[in-house]
Amino acid sequence: MQIEPRANVSVARAAFAPISAVLATMAICSILIVWAGAPVLEAWASMVKGAVGSRFALTETLTRSIPLMFTGLAIAVAFKSKFYNIGAEGQLYCGALAVTYFGTGMITLPPMLMVPFLMLVGAVAGGLILIVPVLLKTHLKVDEVVTTLLLNFVILLFVSFLIEGPWKDPMAMGWPQAASIIDEGVIPAMLAKGRLHYGFVFAIIAAILVWAFMRFTVWGYEIKAVGLNASAAAFSGISINTTIIRTAMISGGLAGLAGVSEVAGLKGYLTLDLSPGFGYTGIAVAMLAQLHPLAIIPAALFLSGIYVGSDAMSRAVNIPTYIADVIVGMSVLAILVSVMLSKYKIKWGK
Amino acid sequence: MPVLQLKNITKRFGSLTANDSIDLSLARGEVLALLGENGAGKTTLMNILFGHYRADEGSIEIDGTPLLPGSTEAAISAGIGMVHQHFTLADNLTVLENITLGTEPLWSWRQNSKAARQKLTQMSNEFGLVVNPDAEVADLSVGERQRVEILKALYRDARVLILDEPTAVLTPQEAYDLFETLRSLTAKGLAIIFISHKLHEILAISNRVAVLRRGAIVGEVKTGNADKSLLAEMMVGEKVTRPTPRSIKHGKAVLKLENVSTKGAATSSNLQSINLTINAHEIVGIAGVSGNGQAELADLLSGLCQHESGSIELLGENLKSISARDMLSRGVGRIPEDRHKSGVVGDMQIWENLISEDLRSKTTSKFGIILDKSKAKKRAEDLIEKYDIRCKGPLAETKLLSGGNIQKLILARALSPNPSFILANQPVRGLDEGAIAYVQTQLLEARDRGVGILLISEDLDELMALSDKIAVMYHGKLSPIFTNGSKTIAEIGLMMAGQESLPEGTLQTAAVEMGGTHAN
Repeated sequence: MQIEPRANVSVARAAFAPISAVLATMAICSILIVWAGAPVLEAWASMVKGAVGSRFALTETLTRSIPLMFTGLAIAVAFKSKFYNIGAEGQLYCGALAVTYFGTGMITLPPMLMVPFLMLVGAVAGGLILIVPVLLKTHLKVDEVVTTLLLNFVILLFVSFLIEGPWKDPMAMGWPQAASIIDEGVIPAMLAKGRLHYGFVFAIIAAILVWAFMRFTVWGYEIKAVGLNASAAAFSGISINTTIIRTAMISGGLAGLAGVSEVAGLKGYLTLDLSPGFGYTGIAVAMLAQLHPLAIIPAALFLSGIYVGSDAMSRAVNIPTYIADVIVGMSVLAILVSVMLSKYKIKWGK
Repeated sequence: MPVLQLKNITKRFGSLTANDSIDLSLARGEVLALLGENGAGKTTLMNILFGHYRADEGSIEIDGTPLLPGSTEAAISAGIGMVHQHFTLADNLTVLENITLGTEPLWSWRQNSKAARQKLTQMSNEFGLVVNPDAEVADLSVGERQRVEILKALYRDARVLILDEPTAVLTPQEAYDLFETLRSLTAKGLAIIFISHKLHEILAISNRVAVLRRGAIVGEVKTGNADKSLLAEMMVGEKVTRPTPRSIKHGKAVLKLENVSTKGAATSSNLQSINLTINAHEIVGIAGVSGNGQAELADLLSGLCQHESGSIELLGENLKSISARDMLSRGVGRIPEDRHKSGVVGDMQIWENLISEDLRSKTTSKFGIILDKSKAKKRAEDLIEKYDIRCKGPLAETKLLSGGNIQKLILARALSPNPSFILANQPVRGLDEGAIAYVQTQLLEARDRGVGILLISEDLDELMALSDKIAVMYHGKLSPIFTNGSKTIAEIGLMMAGQESLPEGTLQTAAVEMGGTHAN
């Protein structure tokens, strides 16, 4: 077997990569569904129905995609510069902490100012927490995958400490949760019924802004250059350390916004189960989107649909909801393989 | 009967035909030189022979027996030995361990090192390839490492030895020693394929020359019937004349290094009290075997590292701390050693690579924040035109360009801001003749305009053709600078090996033989 690069990668072939990846994922997961003893077609039908089949299902899918867009963007920006931020989960909670600190009565502003203010402090908090890992990387060459990943657990335990202790809401009947965000700070709902809030619009605006930033600005150019060829970038006078620190701040800030939108838009208060791993799923979103900021939007919607739909599938045909994690993991593997196959061809035979 | 026969070998990579129905044969005791420019298909052909690649068509026979394609093991056991351009030795193992590596059965409890040692000593004596079997490879010089590579092939009873650009890393004297060795090997019946693009070496060592151009054999001649200009013309396909420098003007000092030392990770290649002055209107060449501090000097003058002590004066201004952006803004143009690795970002477009050194100037961005793509594209179009960069346009991917065109891109980027000093590190390495002539002409024209140029090269021919003055680098130290022409190739070669004076006897004649073809 030999692998050879393709001379030209046509647009059609590049676009076919994610589609074939989804088809391959469905084929492989069908085997698991059969193995679990459920009817395949019915299972997939119930998943689609559960994800987009009703007004409620659709708004749930859209709502769930909001934090995934933010964390997906956070990962995409960082990975573009080859700064492997695996800590979006922790940065999300940092955003949530900042919102809770400033948004539960400490400062009161009119809603038109309060929501942007909370988004700002959430983003700053998400960025600031990355200072330690990024400086360890730029100055001591400590691997950021390890530091950002481990920092997630530190932050989660810190959140746990706060909401079991000093920040515990006395009105919450003993539940470990922080006080609610004041009304001025709540991101308003988009529809009369359902949980969808304007965070969805903010996430799409963020995707467009990140796309424009990467495409049209000097900083965006530097991030791409450092990621694609750091030694050529350094030779051209681009400071690699400055660029990576800047990238980390942007990435952490975007992940922090995911925490803001979950607390101020959805839950209303900080709990320890605020995020069922949005920070990690963000990696899958970013890979699926091949790090393209605009492709983050459909990628987040797709994975959100899988999570929401798998709940329905699990109820309808009695398969554990863990099938969603299998599908997400499988789709990431499938996209990596199919992108590779769109750029290279395999020649068989000895 | 020929020991090796290649029949109709064809290899395609996508739309590129790297080898086009190549027929070659090799007799016992013969040295066949394979001549061709970079990208002509020499290395691909040898990789097919050695089993790294499978040919799409054609077959290989050794002593009349077909060779299993695509298998390195089969190639080795059929008696093919290869000495790669970049050595494939384990630095932390001894010579003996490196040589026996892979020859011992995997499931044996102990190494049969006594027999191996005996065989190695016998081979060493027979062919005059002297190395200490217990020395660690890390401690060996480049010439010695090459000997180990050859012994490794011989230890496996090679009957055909392939040498890929073997002299690229050697001093002229080491190259001469290598040639002596090769002669004694062929006297014992070994057949050798010698890959090179250096014409004088090919004339010195081979019996027969096969010339490759664009993947096909364009001619075969007996070395006795060939001369340099014939071979050059066969290789390039047309007559290409390299530029020659004209009169020397004297200018004021552009760059002045005084007692400059660096302190990095490596030891022998750190700069040690370098003194160097480069004046306007002159090209100063730095000769030396690679790894003797040239990379550190280039990094320093590119603004990629700092000096520990000493002073650097650029246009009369003392530089305290250095950064790449700083050097660029002070009018230093730089051509990096490895154009793919540090010259361009291959996955970016041509216009993007052309602006990479001045992202924040008015010509490329608004307020240093938003890229002005239309202006940058316009400038890229002008530079593509002016520097004859062959491409589909400013929006083409840079990695699709040929090496020569990438170098033209880098040249355009370095020369267009009108620098007062240019650092050219191996500016023509690996380029085809046409591109070499182009790059050298551009450098000479810049010199004539009054630019001071530092030319670092491992190719003495190039240095002697272009430089006004030369200095030799060895173990981080720089020799006193001398006027080009005041020392012979032999003398420079000895300085490259760290010897200051010329000893009497064999080495001198050796050097003269090696240098003989440089006279023109």
